[in-house]
Amino acid sequence: MNVEILSRVQFALTISFHFLFPPMTIGLGLMLVVMQTLRLRTGQALYVDMARFWTKVFGLIFAIGVATGIPMEFQFGTNWAHYARFVGDIFGGPLAIEGIYAFFLESGFLALLLFGWNKIGPKMHLFATCMVSLGAHFSAIWILVANSWMQTPAGFHLARQMKVVAGGQQHPMTANLGDVPFTILEVRLPAAYVVQPADLGQVRAVIDSFPDAIFNPSTLDRLTHTIIACWITGSFLVAAVSAWWLLRGRNVDSAKASIKIGLTGATIACVLQLVSADSTARGVSRNQPLKLAALESLERTTKEAPMGIVGSVSWRRDTAGEIVGVDEKVLRIPGMLSILVSGNFLHPVQASQTVVPGLEQLPSDDFLRRRHPDASAEQIRKLRPSYWPNVPVVFQTYHLMIGLGVAMTGISLLGCVLWKFGKLWDTENKLIRAYLLLLSSCIVLPQIATQAGWFTAEMGRQPWIVYHVLKTGEAMSAVVKAPQVMTSIVLFSIIYLLIGSLFLRLFLRLVRLGPGKGDPDTSLFERRRPLSLKGGRHTKG
Amino acid sequence: MDLNTIWFLLVGILFTGYAVLDGFDLGMGPLLFAVKTDEERRIFLNAIGPIWSGNEVWLVTGGGALFAAFPEVYATVFSGFYDAFMLLLFALIFRAVAIEFRGQRPEAGWRRTWDISFAVGSLASALLIGVALGNIVWGIPLDARHEFHGSFVTLLHPYALLVGVTTVALFVMHANLYLVLKTAGSLQQKLMGWTTRTVPAYLVLFIVLNVVTIFACPQIKSALGQRWLLLGTAATLSFAITLNILREVRLKRDGRAFICSSLSIVLLMFQFGAGVYPNMVFSVPDLANSLNIHNGASTQKSLQFMFYVAMIGVPIVLTYTASIYYIFRGKVVLTEESY
Repeated sequence: MNVEILSRVQFALTISFHFLFPPMTIGLGLMLVVMQTLRLRTGQALYVDMARFWTKVFGLIFAIGVATGIPMEFQFGTNWAHYARFVGDIFGGPLAIEGIYAFFLESGFLALLLFGWNKIGPKMHLFATCMVSLGAHFSAIWILVANSWMQTPAGFHLARQMKVVAGGQQHPMTANLGDVPFTILEVRLPAAYVVQPADLGQVRAVIDSFPDAIFNPSTLDRLTHTIIACWITGSFLVAAVSAWWLLRGRNVDSAKASIKIGLTGATIACVLQLVSADSTARGVSRNQPLKLAALESLERTTKEAPMGIVGSVSWRRDTAGEIVGVDEKVLRIPGMLSILVSGNFLHPVQASQTVVPGLEQLPSDDFLRRRHPDASAEQIRKLRPSYWPNVPVVFQTYHLMIGLGVAMTGISLLGCVLWKFGKLWDTENKLIRAYLLLLSSCIVLPQIATQAGWFTAEMGRQPWIVYHVLKTGEAMSAVVKAPQVMTSIVLFSIIYLLIGSLFLRLFLRLVRLGPGKGDPDTSLFERRRPLSLKGGRHTKG
Repeated sequence: MDLNTIWFLLVGILFTGYAVLDGFDLGMGPLLFAVKTDEERRIFLNAIGPIWSGNEVWLVTGGGALFAAFPEVYATVFSGFYDAFMLLLFALIFRAVAIEFRGQRPEAGWRRTWDISFAVGSLASALLIGVALGNIVWGIPLDARHEFHGSFVTLLHPYALLVGVTTVALFVMHANLYLVLKTAGSLQQKLMGWTTRTVPAYLVLFIVLNVVTIFACPQIKSALGQRWLLLGTAATLSFAITLNILREVRLKRDGRAFICSSLSIVLLMFQFGAGVYPNMVFSVPDLANSLNIHNGASTQKSLQFMFYVAMIGVPIVLTYTASIYYIFRGKVVLTEESY
């Protein structure tokens, strides 16, 4: 295997494993803020114990998030050195800002959160919880800014670095001028310049405007979508563990209180996510039409474009084995994609006339001709599929994400209905038990959905590392060889497998132990509970 | 002062912050095996318990700042030192999870396993950081595109190993003094006794390192010629301050002793920075391919923007970090939340 594939595998492996943990801390952080607020407002032992327990869980998750996050910061340099050189002027900024504004905040106040129970008062403790949660959100913001810039780069131009000697004469960066003093000049390249392999190490992206780069066309949509996904993950974590306790008849009082917090958070977040998902997909159709066509496996440019639900997609190859299109067996809703792309839900018939470009036209002939000035029309047609992402894979990950999203929305809404009608605590009832079991399984559903979402976003960007600017294959470290990457992949796999399984064991052990044995005064609890958390008329607990 | 120099200083400050703060975390590795009982080991680990993850942020932020301000340097060093950095990453991961995992179960075997992970991870991290610094001072083979041409073995140069061992000794001494600060009673007495070995060990290595650097290091000569007064003062001061640690410990002023050892780290990093400035990575044998604060940097616009960002952010960070350290001042007391 070549270094490009291996480096991509390594990055995917390390980021996927790392990305199991931050969504939990971001979401659980918010849950902790709610619990600490309740603790402060009610003064209840129940909430103190609850907050203590979930803080322990938070600490465990956070430690692994930190440990697995360190490699992420450095892999841009170790495996993607040319990428680092090419985009450092723009991309390094958000990473540094993330460190200064997010990680310090998060780690610093985490110390108070974890170890401050006897050192600071409840108000200060709530403040520390808010700061940790804020820090976690900030880190999401800056990494999403950086990642969105890779998807929809903006606010920059390409420049060639030249050495300029005293007489004004320009030499390329690789020229050996001996002892002649020189200054470095960045020569601006035309907007449509296509990066050539020979430019590696001499041409780079140079910042024009940080506000434009930070608020690039996809930042806000993708940030919202990801943060809400994190809220869903954290809320379902709390709800699922509580549901399991209810099933087992353990820590019932605490479970009843925390399942309400979890379900409320999950329902709000899931509903918000529907809106955000719609907006994000429309953003993709605007900014990266090829990506949308690939996600939906839409080959023909058409109006009344259908939206896929479920099915299988595979490459169609010619006799030489070259990819020419896609074969599919997919259940589809006719016209739905056109309606979603236009966003005009009030006039669906009119909206369904929106033309959605398909893979056969993307990337455009203009774009391909710029990159291959000497190619004939026939060659252009043959080159086109090499600019497509892996359609069979991204189709599946995209629809898996959507399917799980819809399922989780249903599960959380159902939970709220059961809770409002007072049925949720009837753990003798078979159906309720089945529901609680389903809710317990929701500990993994958001994880699968967020992973599928990331694979969709990142694989949908291929073959580009910076969309339409720099190809992934041009971004690796020149000096790193395949055996080195192979070795580190094997070691990462072993270590992450070990850490992952230990984490799981310790997490399950914590869940089995449950919150402390604090004996809550239920009458006081009932009376002093904030209105928003009181159940319906029939609620017993 | 131009922006490139300011960023050289800022990146230096971040990595110095890392060395001072995570230095005692890393140095604790070998010390953990010098005590036998579980309670003593727990006291050691809980001395860094609340703050280790915050300390590692200095490394991550330093890396981010290096990426933002000097992307060429970041790319060259990290891709060139691939194997070494992968080892460093594994070591850092292991020691980080070891702290978290160790306390989760009471069995002696479980705890010993994680103690070993923590000790080996910490020791390896300190050594590798030192080796990396040593290579940067000595110089590495770079081509005209600033690509590294060598292997892992190239990096295990005698001078680099000397810097590595010195770094380990420095961090062990630093951890020893940090623990003196955080413990009480007989354990503190024992730790105070150790300083008569850890401090002189570092001092000897420090002198050897300085002598070797002056006489053998090819690239430092020009800096020595230009800035001999500055570098000489820093070295003398560093020596005097480190020597003073023994006196402070004898007088039972553990706070001052710790400040002295922090200062000796700061001064060593200063010597390092002043020795290489304005270069960041020396290229041997072809010195013309060296990376310096100009040919390795981002554009002025980027440096300027990031400068404002840092000027707003860093004081805030320092304020609350100091407050949190203040809250956790005093001796370690094992509680329910402890590791």
